[in-house]
Amino acid sequence: MNNKQFKYKKAIAALAIFTTISGSLVGCSEKNISQAYSQADAITITNVSYDPTREFYEQYNKIFTDYWKKEKNQLVEIIQSHGGSGKQARSVIEGNEADIVTLALEGDVDEIRKAGLIDEGWVNEFDKNSSPYTSTIVFLVRKGNPKNIKDWDDLINDGVEIITPDPKSSGGARWNFLAAWAFFGEQDGATEEYQKQQIKKLYSNVSVLDSGARGATTTFVENGQGDVLLAWENEAFLSIKQNPEEFEIITPSLSILAQPSVAIVDENVKKHGTQEVSKAYLEYLYSDEAQRLAGENYYRPSNSEILNEFSNVFNLDVKLVNIDDYFGGWEAATEKFFVDGAIFDEIYKN
Amino acid sequence: MQALQKFKGKNKANKSIIPGFGLSMGITLSMLSFIVLIPLASVLLSLKDISFSEFIEVIVDRQTVSAYKVSISCAFIASSINVVFGVLLAWILTRYKFPCKRIFDGLIELPFALPTAVAGISLTTLYSDKGWIGALFNKIGVKISYTKVGITIAMIFIGIPFVVRSIQPILEKLDSQYEEAAAILGADKHIIFLKVIFPEILPAMLTGFALAFARSIGEYGSVVFIAGNIPYKTQITPLIIMSKLEQFNYPAATSIALIMIIFSFIILFGINVLSSRVNKIASGD
Repeated sequence: MNNKQFKYKKAIAALAIFTTISGSLVGCSEKNISQAYSQADAITITNVSYDPTREFYEQYNKIFTDYWKKEKNQLVEIIQSHGGSGKQARSVIEGNEADIVTLALEGDVDEIRKAGLIDEGWVNEFDKNSSPYTSTIVFLVRKGNPKNIKDWDDLINDGVEIITPDPKSSGGARWNFLAAWAFFGEQDGATEEYQKQQIKKLYSNVSVLDSGARGATTTFVENGQGDVLLAWENEAFLSIKQNPEEFEIITPSLSILAQPSVAIVDENVKKHGTQEVSKAYLEYLYSDEAQRLAGENYYRPSNSEILNEFSNVFNLDVKLVNIDDYFGGWEAATEKFFVDGAIFDEIYKN
Repeated sequence: MQALQKFKGKNKANKSIIPGFGLSMGITLSMLSFIVLIPLASVLLSLKDISFSEFIEVIVDRQTVSAYKVSISCAFIASSINVVFGVLLAWILTRYKFPCKRIFDGLIELPFALPTAVAGISLTTLYSDKGWIGALFNKIGVKISYTKVGITIAMIFIGIPFVVRSIQPILEKLDSQYEEAAAILGADKHIIFLKVIFPEILPAMLTGFALAFARSIGEYGSVVFIAGNIPYKTQITPLIIMSKLEQFNYPAATSIALIMIIFSFIILFGINVLSSRVNKIASGD
């Protein structure tokens, strides 16, 4: 055989071997996963969630495991994953085998539906638009409130430095923008032009526009930037809990009802055979026990009786506007404010 | 046939002392395809969802263009500073003996090892106007974190190992006889550096610059915390890509990524050509 030809044959053979090995490795790992799911005595589900729910789900998973053991005498193991809400949604779309998603925005869950992994009508699958707990946007200010910030219109004063994440790169930050927009819309004689102007003034006072909510909290809390942080209420409470001497929470007169959404990833649970337990997992979030746990973790329970038990924690006088009623839903809000060239981009031009 | 014959003959003449050309070439090609070429091609593939005019619209958008400017100008300044300090660092590490030298040497690689987000957060804290270093600069009215200066500092941090590790081996190999000869022929220190040492390390400096530059314009994790991200002021290009992804706008994200890839490729290719020229001149070919 010609020496040269022989060498090329070897090269091709090596390529083939390499491909087979890597292919079989991938195959193996898939097999392992399906084996884990088919074990009868224990069942594993994956909950893909966003950043600030870490502590809540750690505790919730314990009470759910106990509940499921009592009900079905089956051990359930829950794998948690946390990250930015949008990033988590993308990871599920790209093949992260989540059974359940518990994300910050209805829009993020809806993107998974658009990818064909969640069935139509998921919003009505669970109570209260599939939002077992809610939150709102509040102001975190430095102790003593030196800039005397009481409401949204104090934020546009000269010399107030605001820290808030970028609504284009952080889904959670869109609630901040919408809350401010709703406030200025409720002023006497407000027009859309007026709202744009006020929002523009507000964002021109933003000194750091972090890419995510956790980053913004670090900027305000650890690096001492700015006079006020626009934050999710639950995040603001966590900051106070860690540094009670340094900060206080100001609840504005009007804010937005931030509704994190939960859903079953239908395609994945079918594949894993975890429909029943996944459904129970999300339903149990509405039980009194879980609702109280949400309250203890500074999420507002969606059950109004239990919410009232926490009236010494949350300011229940704040007027909360709802995304569906006020903005016509996420899709419409995104289209109007946050896509490229929409109002948010407009206020930064010139 | 003739060509094959010729090729074969050439191959025989250059017969490598290391056996197994076929096997190693096979592995190399498959690794390269799986890890580099196919992923890069898939970038191009996801552009099929966008028309040419939309593509142009995305890449020349005013906000995006201002982000290119921030990324490129900061990366350029950072890499230039890195080249100067990198030469100095490499020089000290190869030419002098001092206590804890090995520890210093190891520290150079730390920016590689550290998760970039950790680096970003600590740099931001240190250089913010309330931080140790930032407070000193704040007294003379210089803000570092959340400005372009901060972005540049983060880029210096991640780029420095590329420069030092490119130059160090050249300096180690440099025969001190040349310097001695120059000294005997009456050259003073400056001339020895400029005419003897500098031409030898110039190609390595260029390579280090190119690597540091390419890394800097693509860097997200460590820069994004210190940048401040204000549109038209301190927004970097990778952040624009991230915000397109956050809107599930994959084609737009890919379009900008493609521009970045092309830009990095031009820089790397240009520097490679340049440094091989310099090499030829230095070796007198």
